[in-house]
Amino acid sequence: MALTCIQHCQRCTSLLRSRSVGITTLQYSTDAQHWPAALWNSFIVPVLPSLLQRSPNPSQTRQRWNLGVRSYCESHAKVQPSQTKHRNTDELPGTDMVSYQNPVSHQLIDGGMLLKEWQTAFDLDDAPGHSALEEISHEEAVRMDIPAALPPVSISLKDYVNESETLGKLVQLGVQLWKLEQRPNVGSMLLRLDFQTDVTPRLVFLKQLGVEDSRLGYLISHNPFILTESLENLQARVAYLRSKKFSAESVASMVSRAPYLLNFSVKRMDNRLGFYQQQLGLSAQKTRDVVARLPRLLCGSLETVKENLKICKLEMGFRENELQHIVTVIPKVLTANKRKLTQIFDYIHNTMNIPHDLIVKFPQVLNAKYLRIKERHLFLQYLDKAQYDPAKPNYICLDKLVSLPDEAFCTEVASATLKDFELFQKTM
Amino acid sequence: MARPSVRVFHKLEGLFSIYKPPGVHWKLVRDTIETNLLKGINAAPPPAPRQRVQFLAESTSVVAEGSNELTLSAASVPALAHHPLVSGPDFQHIGVGVGHRLDVFSSGVLVLGVGQSNKALTDLYRSHVTRDYTLEGELGMATDNFSHTGRLIERTTYDHITRDKLERVLAMMQGSNQKALLTYSKVDMSTQGAYELAVKGELRPDGKSPPIMTGLRLLHFQPPHFTLEVQCLNETQRYLCRILHEVGLELRSTAVCKGVRRTRDGPFTIQHALTHQHWTSPDVIQAIRQYRSSRKASKAKHTQPGKDTGTTDHLC
Repeated sequence: MALTCIQHCQRCTSLLRSRSVGITTLQYSTDAQHWPAALWNSFIVPVLPSLLQRSPNPSQTRQRWNLGVRSYCESHAKVQPSQTKHRNTDELPGTDMVSYQNPVSHQLIDGGMLLKEWQTAFDLDDAPGHSALEEISHEEAVRMDIPAALPPVSISLKDYVNESETLGKLVQLGVQLWKLEQRPNVGSMLLRLDFQTDVTPRLVFLKQLGVEDSRLGYLISHNPFILTESLENLQARVAYLRSKKFSAESVASMVSRAPYLLNFSVKRMDNRLGFYQQQLGLSAQKTRDVVARLPRLLCGSLETVKENLKICKLEMGFRENELQHIVTVIPKVLTANKRKLTQIFDYIHNTMNIPHDLIVKFPQVLNAKYLRIKERHLFLQYLDKAQYDPAKPNYICLDKLVSLPDEAFCTEVASATLKDFELFQKTM
Repeated sequence: MARPSVRVFHKLEGLFSIYKPPGVHWKLVRDTIETNLLKGINAAPPPAPRQRVQFLAESTSVVAEGSNELTLSAASVPALAHHPLVSGPDFQHIGVGVGHRLDVFSSGVLVLGVGQSNKALTDLYRSHVTRDYTLEGELGMATDNFSHTGRLIERTTYDHITRDKLERVLAMMQGSNQKALLTYSKVDMSTQGAYELAVKGELRPDGKSPPIMTGLRLLHFQPPHFTLEVQCLNETQRYLCRILHEVGLELRSTAVCKGVRRTRDGPFTIQHALTHQHWTSPDVIQAIRQYRSSRKASKAKHTQPGKDTGTTDHLC
């Protein structure tokens, strides 16, 4: 009986070793109903932590397996109630509890033949040979592998990071696991990944693309789903971008700045590129430049961009060529907040009385903070220096008004001290 | 031994005042300051990584002999469970409390407290400290929300208004407020103690009271613009805009409020309030220290002649 057990164990370990997984919460199926639940537990639970500890020696695993079976047979009474509790929590959808489903256990359950063999091979009346109080030799004690006390369900990845190779390597890359574990189901997904077969090919792919090592952590922290996207899809999308004549460096920079870029289908990217070229009326090279500067244009929704374009044309009254110029200099205008954009434009055009052509010459003012423009303009007005017409003397350039830091602005533009500016800010 | 982030947090526990710019909601200001303080607290370098011992098995060959020697080697590996990327930053939230709130339209001194000093903040909030406001008004208009951003309801002439008339109206309003103060302070007017308090100007309402103005003064008058300085208790900014509206009505015209600016909130003046480029942790630590030293200096000055400073003594 022991020999057939061992044969089954070897088959199990070979199946399980193909995918390194965490602790399982047990999946019961109708086939396993007549199999005593506790003994089922006793087979699965001891095996997996040993896999995580990466012991490739089959003889050792076999010994551990045997020992494990003996030790867990006695503890089945304690195991059962807790297992049923985990089963209940497993059914709750959408919680951020990290729970594991061993996909291989499905194979074990579905392989009805395996079960039946076990049923006949394992004799329930056979009393276990060893008791917990039995004295064992020093070598046996040292060889005995105590599985790590990993909780089957947890809300944090802290409990598994010491044991899991994937998580350890991700931490070395610089991935912010504390943020990722707060997202629903991401923690479970990361734990199920195998570093050698899933993560490494994609990291190699990104490196070949030209993404720098220091950016890999940022990329995965923001888009962990790049590790589950199929390699064919990723390669097809990169090939599409190259076919649209984006240079290799620009593709690398786009991917590192917009982490979700490669998760979108070719059709969607094509749709967006076509939209931008058509709506803005720019040449192919200029559209490429705009998209390379702000790659998240290809990721987000087009509705906000359409609304922003409508506001620029109708509410603000910019002409087609003026709008083209603004977008090529500041692509962020397409994704800016509508309310803030109109507030800034209203202040600049109606209160500061700056005409359209001057705004088009310095589109950076549309990207600045409203409070900054207001404070600096009122300060200059108080000093009687608020003159923005290039034709007249003492002209203040809008670019300098907005982009200089406070110290430089006070000394160069306003010829006052920083203290005066702060005192003025408190009178507003 | 406290971690460096905890030490920085303890330095930040205190009361300080900031200058809230107009057009910004007070909650946004509070959230910005909390984010900036968290950046300062978590900027401290993390402690050295903890190590744990893992035993790695090295079994020698078993072939010839019956017993196999199993040697275990101890390896010190880093315990990643306490790595900052796994457990997150030390502080992810701090309690920043706000004193008397300012609405979106107004600007001025806003008192904030961090951590333990929120208790002192609630004491300050409940005590009857006065606040100074500067109100800018414009004659000749009336709107639905008493400020110049509202919908226009009425336009009137204001040529008949002189400085003299305006001051008379303000004196009348101050008189009625003084009477209200005497009523709500619930002191017996015929006692010597009440007289002394009234002379020093330290009469305060006992318990709840409606908004009372303890001082009202005209700073600047150039029709149609004028500026008032107000010292008041239990007020809201909307009430102050309404005061301006009533001033206009008393003068047989109308007025709207163009700006409400708080220049003092209890012991916090505008002089030491932090402007928005200084909303960072080193500036806040300095502001807290400076407020504490000024409190100590004023306490030393007051305890010398043997007088008490009334309700503000128990503030930290």
